[in-house]
Amino acid sequence: MTTPPPTPDALAYDLTINDRTHSVPSAWLGESLLYVLRERLGMPGSKNACDQGECGSCSVQLDGQLVCSCCVLAADAADGDIRTVEGVASGSGRRDGAPEGELSDVQQAFLDEGAVQCGFCIPGLIVSVHDLLDRVPDADELTVREAISGNLCRCTGYGRILEAVATVQSRRAGGGGS
Amino acid sequence: MSIARPTDLDGALAAIAERPDAHVLAGGTDLVVEVNLGHRRPDAIVALRRVEELRRHELTDTHLELGATVTYATVERDLAELAPGLAMAARTVGSPQIRNAGTIGGNVGTSSPAGDTLPWLRALDAEVVLVSAADGERIVPLADFITGPKRTIRRDDELIRAVRVPRVAGPQHVAKIGTRNAMVIAVASLAIVVDTDARRVRVGLGSVGPVPLRATAAEDLVSDALDWDALTCDADTVTAFARACSEASTPIDDHRSTAAYRRHAVGVLAARSLRRCLS
Amino acid sequence: MSTTTVPPGTRGDVEGGIGRTVDRPDGTPKVSGGFAFSSDLHHDRMLWGKALRSPHPHARIRSIDTSKAAAMPGVHCVLTADDVPGNPNHGLEHTDQPVFAADVVRFHGEAIAAVAAEHPEQALRAIRAIEVDYEILEPLTDPEAALDADPIHPDGNLFRHLPLRHGDPDATGEVSVEGTYEVGMQDQAFLGPESGMAIPTEDGGVELLISTQWLHVDHGQVAACLDLPPEKVHLALAGVGGAFGAREDVSLQVHVCLLALATGRPVKIQYSREESFHGHVHRHPARMWFRHTATADGDLVKLEARLLLDGGAYASTSPAVLANAVCFAGGPYVFPNAVVDGWAVRTNNPPCGAMRGFGVVQACFGHESQMDKLADALGMDPVELRLRNAMKPGDPLLTGQIITGTAPVREVIEACIAHPLPGEPGPDDPLMTLPGGAGLTAERRDVRRGTGIAVSIKNLMYSEGFDDFSTARCRLELSPDGQPVATVQCAAAEVGQGFVTLAQQIARSELHVERVLLGPADTSIGSAGSTSASRQTWMSGGAVQIACRAVREELLARAAGREGEPLAGSRRVRFDLRGSDVVDLDSGATFPVVDLLAEGPIDLTREHHHAPTDPLDADGQGNAHVSFAFAAHRAVVDVDPELGLVRVVQIATGQDVGKALNPRAVTGQLEGGIAQGLGLAVMEEIVVDDGRVRNPSFTDYLIPTALDVAPVVATLIEQPEPGAPFGAKGVGEPPTISSTPAIVSAIRAATGRDLTRVPVRPQDICL
Repeated sequence: MTTPPPTPDALAYDLTINDRTHSVPSAWLGESLLYVLRERLGMPGSKNACDQGECGSCSVQLDGQLVCSCCVLAADAADGDIRTVEGVASGSGRRDGAPEGELSDVQQAFLDEGAVQCGFCIPGLIVSVHDLLDRVPDADELTVREAISGNLCRCTGYGRILEAVATVQSRRAGGGGS
Repeated sequence: MSIARPTDLDGALAAIAERPDAHVLAGGTDLVVEVNLGHRRPDAIVALRRVEELRRHELTDTHLELGATVTYATVERDLAELAPGLAMAARTVGSPQIRNAGTIGGNVGTSSPAGDTLPWLRALDAEVVLVSAADGERIVPLADFITGPKRTIRRDDELIRAVRVPRVAGPQHVAKIGTRNAMVIAVASLAIVVDTDARRVRVGLGSVGPVPLRATAAEDLVSDALDWDALTCDADTVTAFARACSEASTPIDDHRSTAAYRRHAVGVLAARSLRRCLS
Repeated sequence: MSTTTVPPGTRGDVEGGIGRTVDRPDGTPKVSGGFAFSSDLHHDRMLWGKALRSPHPHARIRSIDTSKAAAMPGVHCVLTADDVPGNPNHGLEHTDQPVFAADVVRFHGEAIAAVAAEHPEQALRAIRAIEVDYEILEPLTDPEAALDADPIHPDGNLFRHLPLRHGDPDATGEVSVEGTYEVGMQDQAFLGPESGMAIPTEDGGVELLISTQWLHVDHGQVAACLDLPPEKVHLALAGVGGAFGAREDVSLQVHVCLLALATGRPVKIQYSREESFHGHVHRHPARMWFRHTATADGDLVKLEARLLLDGGAYASTSPAVLANAVCFAGGPYVFPNAVVDGWAVRTNNPPCGAMRGFGVVQACFGHESQMDKLADALGMDPVELRLRNAMKPGDPLLTGQIITGTAPVREVIEACIAHPLPGEPGPDDPLMTLPGGAGLTAERRDVRRGTGIAVSIKNLMYSEGFDDFSTARCRLELSPDGQPVATVQCAAAEVGQGFVTLAQQIARSELHVERVLLGPADTSIGSAGSTSASRQTWMSGGAVQIACRAVREELLARAAGREGEPLAGSRRVRFDLRGSDVVDLDSGATFPVVDLLAEGPIDLTREHHHAPTDPLDADGQGNAHVSFAFAAHRAVVDVDPELGLVRVVQIATGQDVGKALNPRAVTGQLEGGIAQGLGLAVMEEIVVDDGRVRNPSFTDYLIPTALDVAPVVATLIEQPEPGAPFGAKGVGEPPTISSTPAIVSAIRAATGRDLTRVPVRPQDICL
């Protein structure tokens, strides 16, 4: 990343994202974690679609909790453990032995089931579905629907996304998926 | 420009005493959104995320005390037995992401007319525990704490330390109407607590007035008419109770609904919630 | 004659080709967060642009003082209408919308000025420091009053009046039903807000990276407003986060380019959600009156209708939207006689234009409500009434045009209703599955179930004589490792629908080449037309197909040349591409493609035009449309009549797709379109109060969540469409059209309420 642009007022802190420490040398106090990820740290995978926690496109995990990064003040996340969509594919903490850069099983299932259209909501959904299946591996369909009810998708009507979640569950349980 | 990130309550109080102009940050789901939208430009922030003692809930002989930064998700998951109505209300807040971040203290501090936990808290005569470095604690009934839409009596140097409600026995229900099945601002909501120890039915109403309301006349009516031993009442009482709840509401027309619908809906929710608690 | 006919054993079935379920080429970056949407663009020296928007729906601008804003820290420039060097207006059909409001603002949210600053917060502070002195004017917000009101724009208040007269206007029948219907203002509400980056170029021009539906129509408008020669303006598609019609009109394109040219720096604009709601057109609100007349046996005799569309402040595509509403006011049924009038008018409400379904959504809610009403008046089953009057090939539209292609209306209805109904609710079902969801407002005993059906017709592609075309380029060559690789380039905007996948499928099928790369979608190649009107599969798919076929012909010619003769006359059919060889079918000689390409790459560009159409005449008659797609939807809903809350339980559909080129992608289009139709039925509406938008946020403009959508069961009716590449019809729009009236019909069945307006609000059901 290059030098960040000048800022109304400057604040410096470090963020730990996907197990790596990133310095934020000069930021405005009012910047959300989403803004800092996208505009200061070169991690635009988390998307900005509403700026008010009403769409889930910016979902990340903070200290193991699924949250909207647009509602997290970046400077307040300084000693937190932040996991973004960029960390999902690396295999870190996700799947045993998954090589660096390989898609996670959730990501693969989204591709296999045609869950991706425009794709803007997808990074947030990937993070949310990982969060759900790590906590509730055998979630039934209603549980899945409730768990992703904070992730708006305008293209798919959620049908293929629900299929993808079912496929992950089936594969993790030893089945082949569809 | 500063952010204080204390790890204990004393540190938080010192920070807010030093910068009374600071915005208090808990889950961020209200404050950070307002900053994102340009409605607020904080010059100083006191962040409470690390203050462990605010994240706990405690059960005393008489009260359930919820630390200010107990999240909705915690309520939903851990308090379903102790405070079933509050757990129901918590589950209707925003999305799972919001419930993981947003806090009880935040809901009370923001004091939106549509705050999802407020009808239940109001029904139970909740008290807000405020604390400042200068004056220590003061305990204010929620009814006095909230003075209008998003207006409270909290002083700039004060923090909400906790919200506490009396321990009650008996069935409870919280119902919330929105035009979507999830992630929706309440168009009208109602909390009912059938307090079998005090032999009092308590009712709180949300989104049908500038502040969360009590339906006192309705409570009187049904508390008198109820067969407290059998926990039953006749159909006429249910009807009268529903009408009285409706009449207690003072809704307005806005872009989310109409006053007429809200008033009607409160009556329907009242009748159904009462029946559910009694059956 | 279908173009899908292929010799056996050749192009019909290729791995990764047409008809297969194929993965998206952009899928992996999209699931891993690496796909660059327009809002992800970053440049080291970039500034942030932001527009100041009017808080008033109608006002005269007395003065604008930008001096304080310009002097603020980090602010590089502030621009107003005075700084637009070229055409002060833009617009898709009529250039009537100012780049910046100059003397008058005509809608809440109209852009007045723009700033560029180092940080978005500085840009926000700067626009708030711009002082505008407004003289507030009474807004014209009632579309019915618009025609008689003083003009609020130099071009007047009428965008179009379209009369349609078909058959005998005095025809009568035994049974008539009348109804008046309303459709609220729906928003496309794509997830990725408008955004783009403009970069000044050394020649004094500008490069614009933009999420749009139609690069070339943006290009023309941007160049004209900037007063730059077209060759100095270069547009390239940046990742598009959904579109649904909202990206057809210019939003930030001109603003961001002006800011870049004024500052000499790259400038990025990224709309907030609120700005997005103000910055693009919406679906036209409609007020519609219908009278349907039939014989006592249920044969339709006459359609009468008057349709009024509120176009808002500027024209956008209002005239074309109106034409669709009028032409398809009767739905997929045969009416011997019709008297229809439609008006699209200008008001001080937000501008309206393209959204998935484009005028037909409004009409369909009306005509399908009427068909239910008519069935009731006739004492007839509503499905039977529809089947009895269903269009078939050879039947005329209201415009007199004869359907020459496929029209499987009966088939889509029968397939739709053949799906088993969902199981009856049980006492142990979670309360969460009832209307009201997590709000726990109902128990099973409070809920009633209803079922309804609706059917639709949608024209595919542009109509009324527009010479629509798309351009594609195909280059076939040997890669460094000696294998053939095709590169397909087309400016078609990939907005999520999957054209990029389809382009690769077509190239694989036509050229039998495994590796197909995609060239940039930009203005270095000719126009592909808009990603709208269900047209890209047909138009740009067709362009890719003929470009690939031209390359294949050249391969065959090279093979013929190896035998010393030109590829002409009878020799033409002697050669064919079989597998990875060109084969001389007479001699059996084979010419590996790899060898033929050793002569050099083949690189050809082709334009694909559809069959011409005619304008409508003074009576709204004429062969104005290219092709038609049909769909039927059956909705099952649970309703809480006392609270007016609705839960959609299941949507069954039969849809006429011509041919499913990528079946999984078709399913995705059906499910996604139905979700938008569901949204219009029960929750989605931009609430405009005296010209002011009251809910420009995702907090208050509600789109369905995963707990709101219902499972979809679908049957695809595959009858290849003559003249369509591969026989395929566009599939994007029909799911959105008849799903809405099907749901409302089901709510009526559950409640007995009349319900003449969408979205259906709780108070419409229970008060």
